[in-house]
Amino acid sequence: MNTIDSVFGIAGTALNAQMIRMNTTASNLANATTVASSEKDAFRAKRPVFKALVQDEMTNAAFAQLGGVKVDHIVDDPTPIRSLYEPSNPSADKDGMVYLSNVNEMQEMVEMMAASRSYQNNVEVVNTAKQLMSRTLDLTKS
Amino acid sequence: MNLLSGAFGIHEKALQVRSQRMEVLARNIANADTPNYKAQDVDFKAMLQDVQRESLTATNDKHYAAIEEGPDNGMRYRVPYNSSFDGNTVEISVEQAQFGKAAGDYQATLQFLGNRIGGIRKALKGE
Repeated sequence: MNTIDSVFGIAGTALNAQMIRMNTTASNLANATTVASSEKDAFRAKRPVFKALVQDEMTNAAFAQLGGVKVDHIVDDPTPIRSLYEPSNPSADKDGMVYLSNVNEMQEMVEMMAASRSYQNNVEVVNTAKQLMSRTLDLTKS
Repeated sequence: MNLLSGAFGIHEKALQVRSQRMEVLARNIANADTPNYKAQDVDFKAMLQDVQRESLTATNDKHYAAIEEGPDNGMRYRVPYNSSFDGNTVEISVEQAQFGKAAGDYQATLQFLGNRIGGIRKALKGE
């Protein structure tokens, strides 16, 4: 029944999810130039996978969050790792190879913009719901 | 007897449906990036009928059971203009436009309610 209330919960879950997405992007960008001494240890770009919160899923009791969104899991980007011949690098393996991350900076920038826009959308939803709620309360005045 | 029982008319129920629609649209916007999420919307007429529905009560055991229509909560899946690779049918510009309109509709209903309340107040004061 208290549906305007649950708008806050739903938009809140989305704000949280988009913030996690922004955090993974920041982490990817920060690790864009890390090198590793084996292909296995090389940094792989992380991507959150979103999932809709449906009926049977755990939700916070304080806020109705049904229909919101959560980060289900985080996957590694499957793009192949770049290797570089750089014997002077302290991390180089016995063949003089270092393994760079597979982060694509351009792609991360785009991802960051998209996350920020989605965040803004949800902030706008909260703002509108807040206004409508206070106008509804104003019915008791006048 | 109940002079004020129907004072708000349909607007009371309408406000309920409007706020439900706000919730549905908020859900769509929240899931704009969720793979395989299907955007939904409200069929206003069907939902208003659903909240107004009052079932018939049998006062005598010889009464036939009322044939009730199947429940229709008014939820419909949106048909997207363009399909997307991840199976998500939320088009954020459409949702934003609809959300703005829904907010306006909600305020219109509020205005109607406010006017009714003002009228009742006036009548009670008797000025």
